[in-house]
Amino acid sequence: MSDQSESGPVLAADGTPLKVSLNKALRRQKLSALLLIAPLLLFVLLTFIFPIVDMLFRSVENDIVSNTIPRTVIALQDWDASTGEAPSEQVFAALYEDLQISVAAKTHSRLGSRLNYEKTGMSSLFRKTGRRIKLMDETVPFMEQFVDINEDWADVEVWGTIKTYSSKYTAGYFLTAVDRSLTHEGIQERPEKEQIYLKLFWRTMVLSVTITGSCLLLGYPVAWILANLPMRTANMLMILVLLPFWTSLLVRTSAWKVLLQDQGVINNLLVAIGIIDDANRLALINNATGTIIAMTHILLPFMILPLYSVMKTIPQNYTRAAKSLGATDWTAFWRVYFPQSVPGIGAGAILVFILAIGYYITPELVGGTSGIFISNRIAYHISSSLNWGLGSALGTILLVLVLALYWVYDTLVGIDNVKLG
Amino acid sequence: MKFSNVLIGATSVMAVCAGAVSAQNMTIVSWGGAYSASQQNAYHDPYMAANPGVNIINDTSSNEAVAKLRAMSEAGNITWDVVDVVAADAMRLCDEGLAIVIDPDTMLAPAPDGTPASEDFGDLLISECFIPQIVYSVTFGYRTDLVGDTPPSNICDIFDLETYPGKRSLEKRPINNMEWALMCDGVAVEDIYDVLETEEGVDQALAKLDTIRDSVIWWSAGAETPQRLADGEVIMGSTYNGRLFSLIVEQNQPVAMMWDAQVYDLDGWIIPAGLSPEREKAALDYIYFATDTQRLADQSKYISYGPARASSAPLVSKHATLGIDMAPHMPTDPANATNPFLYNFEFWADYRDDLDARFQAWLIK
Repeated sequence: MSDQSESGPVLAADGTPLKVSLNKALRRQKLSALLLIAPLLLFVLLTFIFPIVDMLFRSVENDIVSNTIPRTVIALQDWDASTGEAPSEQVFAALYEDLQISVAAKTHSRLGSRLNYEKTGMSSLFRKTGRRIKLMDETVPFMEQFVDINEDWADVEVWGTIKTYSSKYTAGYFLTAVDRSLTHEGIQERPEKEQIYLKLFWRTMVLSVTITGSCLLLGYPVAWILANLPMRTANMLMILVLLPFWTSLLVRTSAWKVLLQDQGVINNLLVAIGIIDDANRLALINNATGTIIAMTHILLPFMILPLYSVMKTIPQNYTRAAKSLGATDWTAFWRVYFPQSVPGIGAGAILVFILAIGYYITPELVGGTSGIFISNRIAYHISSSLNWGLGSALGTILLVLVLALYWVYDTLVGIDNVKLG
Repeated sequence: MKFSNVLIGATSVMAVCAGAVSAQNMTIVSWGGAYSASQQNAYHDPYMAANPGVNIINDTSSNEAVAKLRAMSEAGNITWDVVDVVAADAMRLCDEGLAIVIDPDTMLAPAPDGTPASEDFGDLLISECFIPQIVYSVTFGYRTDLVGDTPPSNICDIFDLETYPGKRSLEKRPINNMEWALMCDGVAVEDIYDVLETEEGVDQALAKLDTIRDSVIWWSAGAETPQRLADGEVIMGSTYNGRLFSLIVEQNQPVAMMWDAQVYDLDGWIIPAGLSPEREKAALDYIYFATDTQRLADQSKYISYGPARASSAPLVSKHATLGIDMAPHMPTDPANATNPFLYNFEFWADYRDDLDARFQAWLIK
């Protein structure tokens, strides 16, 4: 060591200091590694990360109001909803000017649909007004003419909604997603008859946990048998686990319909052997039971496979040793075998839970009304009601919930304890 | 801030590549299944025979056409040429500027006797972007062997659990169900939408639905009611009349129609806005061909939906393979149309979000 400090830094063969030359080599290595993964990285960025971020961004984006009726938004700044009076003539004149442009560009009805999410009737208000904007007389006060087209233009609530949602970004979608609403009087809880999302979030959690639990109960013994059988038999049985995995999701879900429905195979069998009578057939489908049964079946391989691969690595000697030292079967399993299989349980449970929480097609088909998930509402808002902002807000909350649960899991169990094999 | 700009760039590059290869392809979007098959037979095949340069590609995304068209328009890359949508969706697409305006008199074929298209279609032209193709209805079918000696004949029999005990299949959305509930709760037909506009009216409709709540299985896909009727899961249920036709006539199931208070709706074509001039011209040419009097009448050979042109009605003939008269199976046939209900597009455009929230909250209660 002392030699080194006397002769200065160690040099590489070409005379550069070894440290620099090493760094250089490392950097080159990293760069080539990056180049190797670049296609995948770009693919994931373009087709996965950007669209998701873009979608999440929609949950707060609200520039449609200020883009479509900019002058009105500025003129409205001085108006106060709490006076209880409709805004001044100046605001109506600004609205007239804005609408002339937006009607020509056909954007006014889009604004109407946007505001209709907040206040019913805005959609037709804008559509009707748009149809008659050309007929308006610029010499007569605009306020009268607007109120003449539709008396809602004199309604403080209408103007309050426009003003509340005139900012470029809004918390409105998130508030709706937690059964609140943003009005000009502040944040209010929605009437009980309209509350839906918090209940659905809660139900999604409860059902997902139940499904994860039943997957574990059913999957654990199967994985144990697979791991302890001779290779040949285990491989044969493995195909039975994987077979449903290779079958279309829709086919499997429809098969459950045939089995579970009122006049289905299971009920008919139970009636035939006299366990239940014909009038009291079990309601196994179109409710939460149906969702739990069908989804447990569909997600079971995701539990069995990680469990199996972890159990494969647990030496049988340990349990034998425990037994030879006097442990009962149960103690040997519970104190020796089970703790070693926990990483597999962790991996399987996380996998199943995260898949379950975002599932939508199976609950839609077999869940009836009490077995649907929050994802069914997200799908509805994305493809049917076109309220993409609300859909995004619900999706963001779901994503955050999953991440939060992941964090809780990490602190409780430790993510290092998760093994896929 | 806008990541979509990046995507637009990426997708437009792909679009250019795709465009170069498929200059004569025309993508027509419809509902799939028996419906697309009827269009293939009545429109696509004859059109391709007459225009050998055109190759029609079927896409079956109509149930999410509005969402997809909006996304395509944001990305600046419209890949569809002609889209088949229901009237309410057409109105929304037109409102949002996602569909082009089509003038019936200059862009569509007149009737054989020279009547201009606007008169031939008449009241059915509910949106300036929409060319109606068929009139269909949402109506009820019931199991003839499970309803006793007096089969249901009135819409209110749906709510009569004493005479007709058993499950019913209803659509999992407020539209139609709310109207039927009010109709059977003593509200006059002409007042229904006025009542439904009020908070109390919605409560009243939901209270009526509450009376059969435990006996309802809800559907979200049109095929569910026919399947449940065939399996004996339900004794009666609502769905599109064409689905019931194939269940009864083509599959010979012990099911009969109950046309009372059937709700008429329309299905037809729109052309997306933002197509290149050549593609738009080709799409208009297809629409001109596919919506003429004979073509609309031809479609009814394959499926039991009524043609939207008045001049097509007398040309409705027999089923192409079964050889039965199609007219008695049309929702517009005088014998079936004794008490049809007209769906109020304007009302639902405004109240759909609100009532849906109320309805869904009621469902999960």
